[in-house]
Amino acid sequence: MSTIVFLEKEGSNIRKTSLEAISYACEISKIANTSVTGVAFGDLESSQLTKTGIYGCDKLIHVNEPSFNQAVINVYAHALNQIMIDEAADLFITAQSALADPIAAKIAILQKASIATNVSELPNIGSKFIVRRSIYSGKAFEDLVLTSPKKVISIKRNAVGLIENQKDVNIENSELKANPDMVDAVITGSDKSSGKVLLPEADIVVSAGRGLKGPENWEMIEKLANELGAAVGCSKPVSDVGWRPHHEHVGQTGIKVAPNLYIAIGISGAIQHIAGVSSSKVIVVINNDSEAPFFKNADYGIVGDAFEVVPKLIDVIRENK
Amino acid sequence: MDKISTCMKILVCITHVPDTTSKIAFIDNNTKFDSTNVQYIIGPYEDYAISKAVDMKSSNSAHVTVLNVGRSEADPSLRRALALGADEAVRIDADPDDTFYVASQIANHVKETPYDLILMGRESSDFNGGIVHSLVGGLLGIPAFSPVMQLNISDVKVEMTREIEGGKEYLEANLPLIAGCQEPIAEWKIPNMRGIMTARTKPFQVVEAYESESRSINKSFELPAEKEGIQLIDPNDVEKLHDLLRNEAKVI
Repeated sequence: MSTIVFLEKEGSNIRKTSLEAISYACEISKIANTSVTGVAFGDLESSQLTKTGIYGCDKLIHVNEPSFNQAVINVYAHALNQIMIDEAADLFITAQSALADPIAAKIAILQKASIATNVSELPNIGSKFIVRRSIYSGKAFEDLVLTSPKKVISIKRNAVGLIENQKDVNIENSELKANPDMVDAVITGSDKSSGKVLLPEADIVVSAGRGLKGPENWEMIEKLANELGAAVGCSKPVSDVGWRPHHEHVGQTGIKVAPNLYIAIGISGAIQHIAGVSSSKVIVVINNDSEAPFFKNADYGIVGDAFEVVPKLIDVIRENK
Repeated sequence: MDKISTCMKILVCITHVPDTTSKIAFIDNNTKFDSTNVQYIIGPYEDYAISKAVDMKSSNSAHVTVLNVGRSEADPSLRRALALGADEAVRIDADPDDTFYVASQIANHVKETPYDLILMGRESSDFNGGIVHSLVGGLLGIPAFSPVMQLNISDVKVEMTREIEGGKEYLEANLPLIAGCQEPIAEWKIPNMRGIMTARTKPFQVVEAYESESRSINKSFELPAEKEGIQLIDPNDVEKLHDLLRNEAKVI
C-alpha cells in the first residue's frame, strides 16, 4: 500500500509545509511499512522534485499538464483521486491550506474515507488508527479514532516539522489531464503580495497591534521581520481599521499560525488573538503595559516601549549575523 | 438547475458552540466537555452567514431557512437566528459528533428540500474542522468554497472572493453552491425587539436524524501543557533576549 502526499506549489517552489507533509508520511511509513508517493502539479524545476527525497519521498508523480493551469479544487480532487486509485493508496496526506483542505474533503467523499483536519501530531497506529487534532482554537486536543479503511489527513504546521529521511526519489512524469467535466468554477483573478514570507509557512512571525499607534509605524516591524526572515502579522483591531490587510490578521477569526517563534509587539493578548497563536513553540511579548494578558502566555517578555525596544532588537540581530 | 426560482431559497447551517472566551475543561476522565457555567452561542463564522443571508433578503426576494444538527440545547441559537431575520428553523435531532455524519445529515436534508444557496461558517469554533461545507458539496455534487469574504449574485452567477495564503482569489460559479463564510462578508447583526417577537411565531421544525454512518469516534480530550512561566528581560538589555532566543530557545 502507499500513501499519497499532495505537494502544493508556491511560485516555482514546493511549499515548505508540503515538505513537512512528506516527513509526516515518511514517519508513518516506518510504522505501517508503506511507501510515500508525492504528487506535484505544474512547472517545477528538477531540483525541487528531487528535494522531496530528502524528506523521505519514494516516488514523485509530476503532473505538468497545461490543462491544470488555473485548475479549481474539484479538478485537483478528481485527479488526485484517480492517482490514489492507480497507486492503490489507502492514505492521503496534505499540509493544511486554503486549497488543500477542500481537496482533502472531496477526496474523502470519493474514497469513502475517514477524514481529520487540523492534525497536530503523528498518529498512534495500533489496532486503531488514532490522530490528535487541535480543537477549541488551540485550547485543547482531541484524540480521534479514524474508523474507515481509507484515511485522509490534513496536518497543521509543525505537526512533526521537517525530518530528513534521505531517499532516492523516483520521479515519474504523469500524462494525466484535467477533466473538463469537473470544472465547477472559474478563477477570475487573484491578489497576492509577492515576495513575502507567507504566514502559515513562516518559521518566525512578527506581529504588531494597536500599540503601534498607526499604520505608518509598521516600517520597523517589517524591518525586524526582514532581519529574521519572518512573516508579518497583526491583531484583529489593526486589520479591522484597515492599517493592515485582512490576510495578515492573526487570531481565531483570522490566520492561525504555529511558527517556531512568535513575536507580539504592542498586542495586549485578547483571548481570540491568543487562540490563533497558542500553537507557536516560543512566544515573545513586547508591551509597555505590564498588565497585558499576553504576558501570561509568553515564554519571554519585555515590559517596555516598542518604539525603543524594536529598533534596539533590529540592531542586535544585525550585529550578530 | 438552469434558472433560480423567483424567490431564492437560502439555507444557513449553524453550530451551537461555547462562547469563544469560555474556559475549556473536560470531565468523565477527559471524555466529555465540561459545560458547567459555559455560555453557548451561534458560532462566530455562522453569525456572518446569517447576516449575509438576511442582507440578501433585503436586496432579492429570498427565503432563509436556518438549520442545526444537534439536540434541544441548540434551540436558543436557532431562535436567535430567527430573531435576526431567518424565516424558518429546522433542527435535525442528532448528536453532531462526527464530521462526516453531520455533513450527511445536512446533505440528506438538502436532497429533500433543495436550496439555491447554502451558507455556513468557514469552520466551527469548537472542533475547527473547516470541511463540512466541502463534504456536503461532495455528497451533493455541487461546488463549495471557503473561506468566502465576499459574495455577490446576479441571476444564477455568483462572484466570490476567497481568502488564500497571502491574499485573495476571485471566483465565479453558478448556483446552487455552498459558501463557508468569514469576515467581511457581512456585518454582524443584533436582534431587535420586533425580531425577537416575530421569531416566536416562525416555523420551527424538529426532524428525525437520517440513517448515516460515522467515520470517526472521539476517544478523549486533553488540555495542552501549561507554559512554564515567562522570563522577563530588562528593556535596556535587548542583547539578553537575542541571546536567549538563539542559545536557550534555539529559534533564531
